Amino acid sequence: MISGKMTAVIGLTLALTGAGAVVAQEAEAPPAKKSNTTVDHSNLEILQKDFASGPEVTAACLTCHTEASDQVKQSIHWTWDYEHPVTGQDLGKNNVINSYCVGVAGNEPRCTSCHVGYGWKDMNTPPPQEANAVDCLVCHDKSDTYFKVPAGAGQPFGTEVKEGAVTNTGKPANPVDLTLVAQSVGLPDRDNCGNCHFYGGGGDNVKHGDLSSVLHNPTKDIDVHMASDGLNFECSTCHVSDQHQWHGSRYNVTAKDTEGAGLPGQRRDVATCESCHGTEPHDKFSLIGFKLNSHRDKIACQTCHIPEYAKGGVPTKTMWDWSTAGKMGEDGKPMKVAKYETADGKKKPTYVTMKGDFEWGENLKPEYFWFDGQVEYANADHDIDPSGVVEVNMISGGQDDENSRIWPFKVMRGKQPYDTERNRLLYPHLFGPGSETAYWGKWDWDKAFEAGAKASGTEYSGSYDFVATEMYWPVTHMVAPAEDHVACEECHKENGRLANIAGIHIPGANPMGPGGKLGALIFGLTLLGLVIHALMRLIGRRNMKEH
Amino acid sequence: MSERMVKIYPPFERFWHWSQVILVLVMTFTGFRLYGLHEWIPYQQAVLVHTYAALLLMVLWIFAIFWHFTTGTWKHYVPSADGLGQVIRFYSYGIFKGEKHPYRKAYWRKHNPLQAMAYLALKLLIFPTIWITGIAYLTYRLWEPAASSGLWIEIVGNLHVLAAFGILSFIVMHLYLMTTGHSLWEHIRPMFTGYDEIDLSPQEEAYLEADEPSRIKPVA
Repeated sequence: MISGKMTAVIGLTLALTGAGAVVAQEAEAPPAKKSNTTVDHSNLEILQKDFASGPEVTAACLTCHTEASDQVKQSIHWTWDYEHPVTGQDLGKNNVINSYCVGVAGNEPRCTSCHVGYGWKDMNTPPPQEANAVDCLVCHDKSDTYFKVPAGAGQPFGTEVKEGAVTNTGKPANPVDLTLVAQSVGLPDRDNCGNCHFYGGGGDNVKHGDLSSVLHNPTKDIDVHMASDGLNFECSTCHVSDQHQWHGSRYNVTAKDTEGAGLPGQRRDVATCESCHGTEPHDKFSLIGFKLNSHRDKIACQTCHIPEYAKGGVPTKTMWDWSTAGKMGEDGKPMKVAKYETADGKKKPTYVTMKGDFEWGENLKPEYFWFDGQVEYANADHDIDPSGVVEVNMISGGQDDENSRIWPFKVMRGKQPYDTERNRLLYPHLFGPGSETAYWGKWDWDKAFEAGAKASGTEYSGSYDFVATEMYWPVTHMVAPAEDHVACEECHKENGRLANIAGIHIPGANPMGPGGKLGALIFGLTLLGLVIHALMRLIGRRNMKEH
Repeated sequence: MSERMVKIYPPFERFWHWSQVILVLVMTFTGFRLYGLHEWIPYQQAVLVHTYAALLLMVLWIFAIFWHFTTGTWKHYVPSADGLGQVIRFYSYGIFKGEKHPYRKAYWRKHNPLQAMAYLALKLLIFPTIWITGIAYLTYRLWEPAASSGLWIEIVGNLHVLAAFGILSFIVMHLYLMTTGHSLWEHIRPMFTGYDEIDLSPQEEAYLEADEPSRIKPVA
């Protein structure tokens, strides 16, 4: 086994001697996808019936897939609960606060419509216990017809759909034929994952910025891996699973993978770039490749290979100011203003009575920070300092930490409520048609915070205000084709992309540092001396002529 | 003593000089691009050219060092105080009065004492600084895990550019001094033809005429 350092030395030597021109091999497009399993579910007897509900389908699934329900129930998709192995903080959707709709507690039927189960209506209790409360279809439907009712706590649409009903993807809802869906099942594709994950935060690309409806069917320019006209990866191609557990976390990120690609069939533990591309991803026998491989030690792959996010015409929300919510229109009714227009002319709301002011952006340059993969949240257990900008989630990492690299982030900014007595962020009760306390309908923050506190098991002192917040979202999807990488000079210049990162040496980013200043002074004095010397020679010559 | 044209710059030395001129200019241009002083070529291109030019220059230097030691040419650069005062006086006073340069080139000593010291400083101080820092820069990945490498790379980068300005200052002085003789060409010609006007003692002249007739010509 040759060590990484040894290969680096050999690589440098070969690079410098100009040897070993290695031609990168073009990846061939995969053949059209077809199921490679030995089962055609449409032939199974147990699926030849009219299913009245989701759990009925699950019960049928479990007759063969006996362990599936138990496995799913171990996963974060089910528990929405994650104890951080380093900080010990309780994370997961059940616990975390964010700067969008803030928290799940109190708003369950709306939020849990994206839970992989049926009927989770109260965050203070665990998800339903029944084995068939697991929703197999939301991940395994291949008919693209299975959608959950947006405020239905996980229930799918039935055989009849109300006029004007929409799915959480914003499309008109259609009746769901559970028999057809059950017979279609297969391994999850981008649509299965995307129907929830692309619409986080209440709409298309609202939350992540790098996960949008564009990824249902992206081109190479948008995402070189998932491109329908290219590699056509599913989400699970990278987010490898083992017994219904997926890898790739944004609470405990592998910010620097030193292990690289495993042998075939080996690594099932990470979704890192290195797990396929290895730890020396650039051609180490070329000088530039050698230099880029050394960048990899401190710079995440994403930093150079995702020059922009929110691509393909779907913008992401960049600012959400809750403090202005509640203003009614001239008719005294809740209103909507849509002043943001995308490059291709789509309007996006900039003020909504329910939610306050928004800003949007598309084709955005990320912001960059040291990141060791660890994230802590300003949940109800965390004191905040309202005199400054409050970080809703705190990313850690630094130059001297060997697990850290410089990562790209979407930084979500906004204002959200906090308890002025207790200096904690507040969980509002927003959603609840007919409720006496839901903000959306009663427009009374006090009631909403009181109810939210009760629902989340926290407290509310009775006085609130809004505080400026920031939230960090690592950007890792929408990887551009290799040739569209961030050019060297975008960082290697004054006020380049990494200008906000203090204490790192970037050639070209600091023209005229101490060495340059001293050098220029010496050079200037030399020139001055020469000019004076030349002038004196001229004067001397003139004097001699006169004599 | 008689003045003759003597070949004091053999072909290798002239090749070394002019290759170095080209490489140093290329590296100054690309180096200042990398340092952020101009953006006339893409950064990546500057990295490539700068590095490969450095490697060529290093190879050239290996040959040059070998040549200096095998031919004994290194002795030309041994510092000497003999006549130093006169040369300094000339450049700081006599030159303005139209005096003649006090130093006469010998064929075993082609540089005046001030010149020899300047070249020695360049070769022993400025060039090694830029080489060592340049190699350290290039191989940063290999020593990056060392303690306080972040501070050291900063020092390396600053010393590298300081040395670069030092070389640039040397170049302008070098060029300026060519204007101090009768004509520019008189200064440049020896680096092309190899022949320069040298004061020879009768013994030296007799030796050269007898044993190395191709090295000696009458003064043009």
